[in-house]
Amino acid sequence: MNKKQKKMLKRIGISILCILILELLPLKGWMEFALYMIPYFIIGYDILKKAIKGILHKQVFDECFLMAVATVGAIALGDYKEGVAVMLFYQIGEWFQSYAVGKSRKNITELMDIRPDYANIYNEQGKLEQVDPDEVEIGTIIVVEPGEKIPIDGIVKEGNSTLNTSALTGESVPRSIHEGDEVISGCININGLLKIETTKEFGESTVSKILDMVENASSKKSKSENFISKFARYYTPAVCYGALALAVIPPVVRIVLGMPPVWSDWIFRALTFLVISCPCALVISIPLTFFAGIGGASNAGVLVKGSNYLEALSQVTTVVFDKTGTMTEGVFDVSKICNATIAEEEILELAAYAENYSSHPISKSLQKAYGKPVDTSIIANVEEISGQGIYAKIDNHKVLVGNDKLMKQHQIEYPICNEMGTLVHVARDQDYLGCIIISDRLKKNAMVSIQELKKNGIKKTIMLTGDHKRVADAIGKTIGVDKVYAELLPQDKVEKVESLLKECDEKHKLCFVGDGINDAPVLTRADVGIAMGAMGSDAAIEAADIVLMDDDPLKIVKAIKIARKTLGIVYQNIYFAIGIKLLCLFLGAIGMANMWLAIFADVGVMVIAVLNAIRALNVKNL
Amino acid sequence: MKKTYKIDVDCANCANKMEMATKNTEGVKDAVVNFMTLKMTVEFEEGANPKEVMPRVKENCKIVEDDCEIFF
Repeated sequence: MNKKQKKMLKRIGISILCILILELLPLKGWMEFALYMIPYFIIGYDILKKAIKGILHKQVFDECFLMAVATVGAIALGDYKEGVAVMLFYQIGEWFQSYAVGKSRKNITELMDIRPDYANIYNEQGKLEQVDPDEVEIGTIIVVEPGEKIPIDGIVKEGNSTLNTSALTGESVPRSIHEGDEVISGCININGLLKIETTKEFGESTVSKILDMVENASSKKSKSENFISKFARYYTPAVCYGALALAVIPPVVRIVLGMPPVWSDWIFRALTFLVISCPCALVISIPLTFFAGIGGASNAGVLVKGSNYLEALSQVTTVVFDKTGTMTEGVFDVSKICNATIAEEEILELAAYAENYSSHPISKSLQKAYGKPVDTSIIANVEEISGQGIYAKIDNHKVLVGNDKLMKQHQIEYPICNEMGTLVHVARDQDYLGCIIISDRLKKNAMVSIQELKKNGIKKTIMLTGDHKRVADAIGKTIGVDKVYAELLPQDKVEKVESLLKECDEKHKLCFVGDGINDAPVLTRADVGIAMGAMGSDAAIEAADIVLMDDDPLKIVKAIKIARKTLGIVYQNIYFAIGIKLLCLFLGAIGMANMWLAIFADVGVMVIAVLNAIRALNVKNL
Repeated sequence: MKKTYKIDVDCANCANKMEMATKNTEGVKDAVVNFMTLKMTVEFEEGANPKEVMPRVKENCKIVEDDCEIFF
């Protein structure tokens, strides 16, 4: 509680006490009026003051003004108790709102608070010193003790430990790290002392970027938020004019019809209108829901860049994936050697020698599989043939390592191989030696996530890839996507997504999931771009609307569920608040609602809406 | 040019009113008030000096909601 809230709580307490005492006294006439004025002013003086200021500023639809008119009106009609009670409950409602919002604001920010306060560095005397992470230059050695947060991204120079990444990824299993591993800021060091050489400045580190993103997220307002603030702009004046009409027209009509006008009755009904006219319940509950939803999501390792994206994600019915790195690990491994005419090791050795100078992922995987040092002195005349493979002279033999095209080019007969993966043929002096199969592993949850997506009402799942049709189709079939488009260049992917977008509309949105590095244009083009495995990838954080902190495809489903839950609560609040208010207005107009019901329509609805909004924070069991 | 300022305001609707008032201030191209984080992001018009514009913004906000504060 802050100072303002504490003071208000005291005022509320004193006025309740006052009213209870007055209730026990047998009061009549002006004495009753005078005594009831004591709690009225205690609880409402600031409202009255603001109402007067509002009039001076020509702000008549200000809620303080409305409250002042409603309560002064009730008192003028002789309902002292109601007048004071309306003011009291209005203030209780305001207090509760301020408390609840403050509390959830604090909870959510704490949840997202991964900001490190300091970094330990060695000073000139060689002693450890705590400094502001902002002051640490690139290449400095920082020391992270057990229990501390890693303040800046870097590489481990000394020490082994396990890291708790849950604040970033929502993943509760600790990650073990060793010398030479890259670490990102925001993780908590669990057991060993680490010496880390920083590779980035604090401002460029993962933790700063994430904080920046999440803090600005709720500034990108969703359509529901804009709708509600627009609604509030018209609602209050409309209800006020309605109140005025209700106070004047029926009595005048009754006079014309020769009936007694009963002014006080109609004015009282009009006053209940004014109490219901405050739009606060509506206005607070929607952004609060989004804020809680975004907070809950980031705690689960799903970073959302704006309320609008959360809203769009809830309407997604088409999910388009990239293959490599999204559904597969993106790590190539030699899985098999087939059609070998000589020893398999020898084939691998030749391939590794030929590919020694290449940095292509395939070459790397060959070198990794070979695993022995390469004697470069026997390699000569290496020639990389783009899109085909490599020609090299090794130990005075002509060696060819590459795909079908390369074999055809050199008129080498090769047997058909139906293994899944990328095929690398090896030939020496025009003799076919065999074929190395390199394949990418499917991610553990790839199949489950497609099933889950379908279970959750995703109509179309599509995979786009630059890989061969044969490989892509096989993977598509295994994981169960509806459609596969293969052999696409980056610009083809954009075109494909654009044509798919044409089949979508306002209520059926398309989301693209990629690993961010070469998918940036597609990520921006889709209704919602989701980047995976952002631990360290800047391109992903930049281009995407939603970032999954780890690379588990199951998180896509989680993100969609969070979005749907949040939007569900948003709609509940909109319908509930508007519905109750309209109902009470109607009951008030026909004289069925008294002040008490009006207070419920104002304060009660707000309390319920706020409590409902906070539910969005809980996303654990989705 | 965009700048973000810390604000203090009690109710959500008042924050919306502040947003409108800021948008209608001379020298301001666009503004977003974020009630949840209590921050105001103001996009200034080309050539406008934030130091001159912000007092006007504050003045306009005070008219619609007396109980607000902008820290600049």
